[in-house]
Amino acid sequence: MATPKLSPDAFKHVKVNTAEQERIATPALTFSQDAMRRLKKNKAAIISLWILIIIAVISILSLWFSPSNPNKQNLNYANLPPKWPGVDLPGLNGYLNGQNKYAGMGKHVYFLLGTDYLGRDLLSRIMVGTRVSLFIGIVATFFDLTIGVVYGIVSGWRGGLTDTLMQRVIEIISSVPNLVVVILMLLVFKPGMTSIILAIAFTGWVTMARLIRAQTLQLKDQEFVLAARTLGESSVKIAFKHLVPNLSSIIIIQTMFTIPTAIFFEAFLSYIGIGLPAPTASLGTLLSDGQKNLQVLPYQLLYPAIVIVVLMLAFNLLADGLRDAFDPRSEH
Amino acid sequence: MTKILEVKDLQIDFATYAGPVHAIRDVSFDLNKGETLAIVGESGSGKSVTVRTVMGLLAPNAKITHGEVLFDGVDILKKSEKQLNDMRGNDVAMIFQDPMTSLDPTMTIGKQVAEPLILHNKISEADALKEAERVLKLVGIKDAGGRLKDYPHQFSGGQRQRIVIAIAIINHPQILLADEPTTALDVTIQAQIIHLLKEIQSKIDTSIIFITHDLGVVAGIADRVAVMYAGKIVEYGTVDEIFYNAQHPYTWGLLEAMPTLETKSDRLYAIPGTPPDLLDPPKGDAFAPRNPYAMAIDLEQQPPFFKISPTHSAATWLLAPGAPKVELPPEIARRHALWASKHPDEKVVN
Amino acid sequence: MAKYILKRIGFLLLTLFLVASITFFLMKLLPGTPFNNPKIPADQLVILKKQYGLDKPVWMQYITYMVGIAHGDFGMSYQFPGQTVSGLIASRIGPSLQIGAQAMVVGTLAGIVLGAIAAIRKNTWVDATATIFAILGRSIPNFVFAALLQLFAYKTGAFPVALWGGFSYSILPTIALAIAPLAQTARFMRTEMVDVLSSDYIELARSKGESRWQVVAKHALRNSMIPIVTIIGPMAVDLMVGSLVVENIFAIPGIGEQFVKSITTNDYPVIMGLTILYSAMLTVIILIVDILYGFIDPRIRLSGEAN
Repeated sequence: MATPKLSPDAFKHVKVNTAEQERIATPALTFSQDAMRRLKKNKAAIISLWILIIIAVISILSLWFSPSNPNKQNLNYANLPPKWPGVDLPGLNGYLNGQNKYAGMGKHVYFLLGTDYLGRDLLSRIMVGTRVSLFIGIVATFFDLTIGVVYGIVSGWRGGLTDTLMQRVIEIISSVPNLVVVILMLLVFKPGMTSIILAIAFTGWVTMARLIRAQTLQLKDQEFVLAARTLGESSVKIAFKHLVPNLSSIIIIQTMFTIPTAIFFEAFLSYIGIGLPAPTASLGTLLSDGQKNLQVLPYQLLYPAIVIVVLMLAFNLLADGLRDAFDPRSEH
Repeated sequence: MTKILEVKDLQIDFATYAGPVHAIRDVSFDLNKGETLAIVGESGSGKSVTVRTVMGLLAPNAKITHGEVLFDGVDILKKSEKQLNDMRGNDVAMIFQDPMTSLDPTMTIGKQVAEPLILHNKISEADALKEAERVLKLVGIKDAGGRLKDYPHQFSGGQRQRIVIAIAIINHPQILLADEPTTALDVTIQAQIIHLLKEIQSKIDTSIIFITHDLGVVAGIADRVAVMYAGKIVEYGTVDEIFYNAQHPYTWGLLEAMPTLETKSDRLYAIPGTPPDLLDPPKGDAFAPRNPYAMAIDLEQQPPFFKISPTHSAATWLLAPGAPKVELPPEIARRHALWASKHPDEKVVN
Repeated sequence: MAKYILKRIGFLLLTLFLVASITFFLMKLLPGTPFNNPKIPADQLVILKKQYGLDKPVWMQYITYMVGIAHGDFGMSYQFPGQTVSGLIASRIGPSLQIGAQAMVVGTLAGIVLGAIAAIRKNTWVDATATIFAILGRSIPNFVFAALLQLFAYKTGAFPVALWGGFSYSILPTIALAIAPLAQTARFMRTEMVDVLSSDYIELARSKGESRWQVVAKHALRNSMIPIVTIIGPMAVDLMVGSLVVENIFAIPGIGEQFVKSITTNDYPVIMGLTILYSAMLTVIILIVDILYGFIDPRIRLSGEAN
């Protein structure tokens, strides 16, 4: 091996800065910052988030601006197909089975998504219905979450007999298919938005409670919680200071999974006819109305169906994205 | 001695989100028939990647950018997937680190041990199971015949590692790659497994590459040792040369960090600092930032190998002509003195 | 093991007893029976009430009901005078069980295949496509899917649009119901299989000289499929719930369609009977799944013996 010629200077001893070696080159990210960074990389989740924001904004704006009164009936305009002024494409030109359904009406009469069997503007009804469905989904999820988190923490934290009993209650509730429970509750309460929300919340919390309990059991044995207990902090304080922040990712993810489930339940109940009473529009009642004319006027089912599928899809994709972002195990 | 395996100028990058990680940087070594070579280094030094290259089992994001791996004179890096499958478990076999996770939990151990035999030979399942029983006896599983139908969880960690070894040796491979086979085990079991490997080596006449981060384990099994640091081999030699005449400051660090009966101090030595980020390896000697003997040249230029004996080389500028004589750590000085007393005719390099 | 099963059966019976009791008292809280109709003359109402035992105090009705259940007697239907609830259910359970079982088998098998392919071809377009299918399957409400399938049948005439009359009538409802378990299994299977494929024992199997496909066939599939057993329970719930609408849309004379009909006609005895039946089916399925899990996973099998 050829030995390179080196000047004596080359062999000067250098002192290495040990502090420099231990320095970590990349800035430290907190867990939630790291999660957000991962979430932002997930295109599907981010697009879903934007779609949800847009849908929410449009449905809220419909409180003040909607093409026409969603509950105004005009039997002269019943079952009109979609018509876009100036557009001559099949499905958008007001023709149905080769017949101009708008014939004899004024030029200013057009419905972008058509009308239903009572002549109500479908677009306006979809906007209002989406708002109602979102509202039910979010409010039901809020109650569901509150019950579930409290139940889960108490059960996991107290342990022992309390835990066993509380788990038995969960087992009994979950041994009846959840929708059957919802239906039974709706029979007892008066049908309406409040009872739907309560019924959905009453069955939905079980999943949340199970997740939270499992996580609480794990957290309970961790050093920082043990330390807080040894120092004599009260259980309630520990729950808020140490448990809830550490449970937050589970809560957020589960919330995103619960909202679409609640929207689905509402749609389901209205669809089988025990949901919201007429004339309230919701995605479920619209789908239910649309089903009646499915074979002749499929658009009456199709448009609300597209909205509910997009909503469910966006919530599910966002929830998936959040779960991947908050669960570093899935980082590859 | 015939060389069974020659690794030449191997370079491997791993594609990551942050860019290519240069995991293996110019690694060359060879393995003779029937000998045991230990590769020593801390985690991340590239030792596991090296043996997985020999197995043809690199992760999908690994890219071999340069080099050859000659097994019996044939470059395995050029082999097709089919040829590699024929080689794996037949000519070259591997023993894994964690016996608790390396056996299929849902398959009986008899079947798992017989699998390589059935895969590479024309043999009936019944005969293969008979052979599996024989090999399980060989590796020290009591009542092997009665336990063929048992599942992995019914065995202890040490027993499971014996089963993993049985799987590796059932086809009498020419090379046995042992990737930290004792790390996950209790100290007493470690000694048993080392003993077992030696015994098997003499019985089936195989060559072993033994990977470990624990220099202490090496003395009991290896003929030669290669020390790896940050994707490079920094020193290699016979066991005695590495243990008593080490020349690289990193090897010194490893030796000092190893508790021995002679250890005087009540504190264990730890090499300061952490290995470099191989996303962006340093220009000079990768060990320089942690090296108390670092010199100006270390920060500028990577040291070449300097030959100490026909079997012993080290890549450190301390061996360059004109380099200053340094004061050795006491433990190393003690070892060098022992070496000098056994080899009075050799010139002392440092 | 036998002791464990007995204990579980005991708890199952207790659960069903509680479900039956709660349902009973819930029904007693309900406003109005079909006999609250003002058109029914008072004297006839008395006869009707007597006929259904509604003239007795609630606690006696309860005891009568519970004793009846123990003998398989769920009372008489309000909607169909003279017909027992058990008889009604018995005459309608066939189509529901057939569609449910078909959907479960088709859904899980297709889900396993889809999930496995996605995992093997992880991070490729195959994976992406399979994932999109799975997410769509999860996002399309089954009644929307059922309605679209029906529209398809109507337009093409390839399948019967509705009603019940042999296997061909069960195809579309089966597909509509299978979509949920399919999506769930595919998702679950993909996660499991990705985990398994990166496990040490798969690397060891590769080191034996097995090809990628041999590793999947011999080790990865079995290990990833075992945990799927644990989601059979939740999927059964989805199927029961789904059957309520799917049977309704396709006008299939099953128990799901009957349940919805009974709700709209306030046929409380039938609602109660079906609620208890659904709970019984669910709890039995969960029990079977738990026992089954012990048999197919050798790790649990042993600990069962040890107990």
